[in-house]
Amino acid sequence: MDLVTQISQSIPAILFFATAALAVVAAFNVILQRNPIYSAIALIVVMMALAGVFLTLASPFIAAIQVIVYAGAIMVLFVFVIMLLNVRAEESITDKVKYLKFVAPALFIALLAEVGAIVGAIDAVAKPAISANTVADPSKVNGTVESIAQAMFTTYLLPFEATSVLILMAIVGSMLLAKRETPEEAKMAYDAARDYREQAD
Amino acid sequence: MLPVSFGLALLQTAEIAGAPLNIKLSWCLALSAVLFTIGVAGVLVQRNVIVLFMCVELMLNAVNLTLVAFSRFLGDITGQLFVFIVMTVAAAEAAVGLAIIISLFRNRETLNVDEADLLKL
Amino acid sequence: MEEFLKTNLLHPNVAWLVEASIKMVAFWLFVTLVVAYTTYAERRVLAVIQNRLGPNRVGPFGLLQPFAELLKFIFKEDLVPLAVNKWLYIAAPAVSLVPAMMVLIVYPFGPEVTIPILNIKVPLYVTHMNVGLMYVLALTSLGVYGIVIGGWASNSKYSLLGGLRSSAQMISYELALSLSLVAVILQVGTLDLVKIVEAQSGWGGMRWNIFGLMGTGFIAFWIYLISAIAETNRVPFDLPEAETELVAGFHTEYSALKFALFFLAEYVNMTTVSVLATVMFLGGWNGPLVAQFPWLGIFYFIGKVFFFLFLYIWLRGTLPRLRYDQLMNFGWKFLLPAALFNILLAAVIALIAY
Repeated sequence: MDLVTQISQSIPAILFFATAALAVVAAFNVILQRNPIYSAIALIVVMMALAGVFLTLASPFIAAIQVIVYAGAIMVLFVFVIMLLNVRAEESITDKVKYLKFVAPALFIALLAEVGAIVGAIDAVAKPAISANTVADPSKVNGTVESIAQAMFTTYLLPFEATSVLILMAIVGSMLLAKRETPEEAKMAYDAARDYREQAD
Repeated sequence: MLPVSFGLALLQTAEIAGAPLNIKLSWCLALSAVLFTIGVAGVLVQRNVIVLFMCVELMLNAVNLTLVAFSRFLGDITGQLFVFIVMTVAAAEAAVGLAIIISLFRNRETLNVDEADLLKL
Repeated sequence: MEEFLKTNLLHPNVAWLVEASIKMVAFWLFVTLVVAYTTYAERRVLAVIQNRLGPNRVGPFGLLQPFAELLKFIFKEDLVPLAVNKWLYIAAPAVSLVPAMMVLIVYPFGPEVTIPILNIKVPLYVTHMNVGLMYVLALTSLGVYGIVIGGWASNSKYSLLGGLRSSAQMISYELALSLSLVAVILQVGTLDLVKIVEAQSGWGGMRWNIFGLMGTGFIAFWIYLISAIAETNRVPFDLPEAETELVAGFHTEYSALKFALFFLAEYVNMTTVSVLATVMFLGGWNGPLVAQFPWLGIFYFIGKVFFFLFLYIWLRGTLPRLRYDQLMNFGWKFLLPAALFNILLAAVIALIAY
């Protein structure tokens, strides 16, 4: 086997490690940044990196959906809300709940130990992927649009329809929640909250 | 433009060569576990409700990676459909959750979860 | 070309990579050139519409004007205001330009042509992906970040308002844009852009999707056209950068090359959206006699793209700007339901007709 073939065969693994490293670094940024907008941008990077991982796993449809839904829709909403509320950076991350500072690293180490166990225990290599461009019927190749559509609209039609009901509920719910109150209602709610806070203090 | 395009081009090159996508299942599971752990740690240490919410999204992403990896390695499309449904739920959740955050901010003028402990807005 | 390189010089994988790289750079240069002369054409055509002369001093008929502008942008002082968020301020123009450029690798610019003297066959697209159209939509949806981050990082009320307006507008109109494309996918049954163009080669190269499915293709085309103009923030939907209300919207605080990058991104987006319209609705490179003379396809393709670019300029010279509530009402209460209804109609017709 010549050098070029060797290199091109290890490309998916190299891409996997590059995107995985990017995802982990960005994920640490999500939780360690004090300014929410930096966290949001780091999370966008995580999602893009995961889309890259999905590509190396020969799942182009999921990779595209990941970018469209997560990076293109959900995170835009997050960034929009952060900008709308003009959230400032926090002075300190853990002021109130001191003990969590000690719980979190312990949990982190325990879970990392589990990761080590997984890496040691499981050793499966995937079957060679077939390029969707070279076959006559793409619906026979896992991960293409055709194969997913076929499964979604036959076997899994009921869950698919159920999600549409879920989305309808989400639309109605968020409309109701974000509806601007009339000035009188707002004043009443504000006064009630202030009274309650004074009582609580 | 160029780095990403070249990444795609390289991936295509590997496919043309008929190379097995020689990625191990354990790598994917490890990456997924690390991301999930970071998400959990974020929920524990952060107090800003928007960032907490983002950490939950991070955990959902980690789980999605597991599902896609198993779908790939077992040769079964169901895992990817599951990811599709999870994403729909995440989108609905983000819409409702952010609406709640906005109304919380309107009433309390804070985003700190510790100050939102009255079980009402 | 791949065959040529394989038999003559290189390892097959390297040959593929070399061919892809050459084509990528060529398409990139082509689009940049088109963009440069769109700005020139915009000023000249607007001048004709407004009964003026327009730029005609640099070179014959002012043809070197774009390069003069570029030099001006390069030599201007690169101002970074004190109150900005520096990292994001610098990153924003790049973030808006990179996704706009990345879509070029899946667009089919022409059929497989033979280079005359060398006798090498070259397909005029870099690669074709099973999820080509979704790749394009994914990158289009990322374009909004450059504007939003730029508006936020500038730390100016005009920029922030421009950024907020733009993100709301682009999210709203993206839905109608994607849904209008579904009516086309129903006709061709694939998301691969190359296969979509090849499926439109019937009827002597005139079986375009815009004529398909008893008029629903035509409705889809109109919905696409309107939402594409809104997606690229052009007149009459140019609220994010409305000069009379917001100074210059999200790029108020930008100057020199950073402003030039935003400017470039806007025009590249215009071009790629026009290319997508050509590929999805107007048959891409297809037209009469393309089967006999493949080179003719490129001219058809460029002609169709230029038609859309001219339309953009024409609209800018003709229409007034919408109000913000009109924009949102039109997007959510008319365009989106129309697109959904059109899908339903197209699906029923496709079920009966095929």
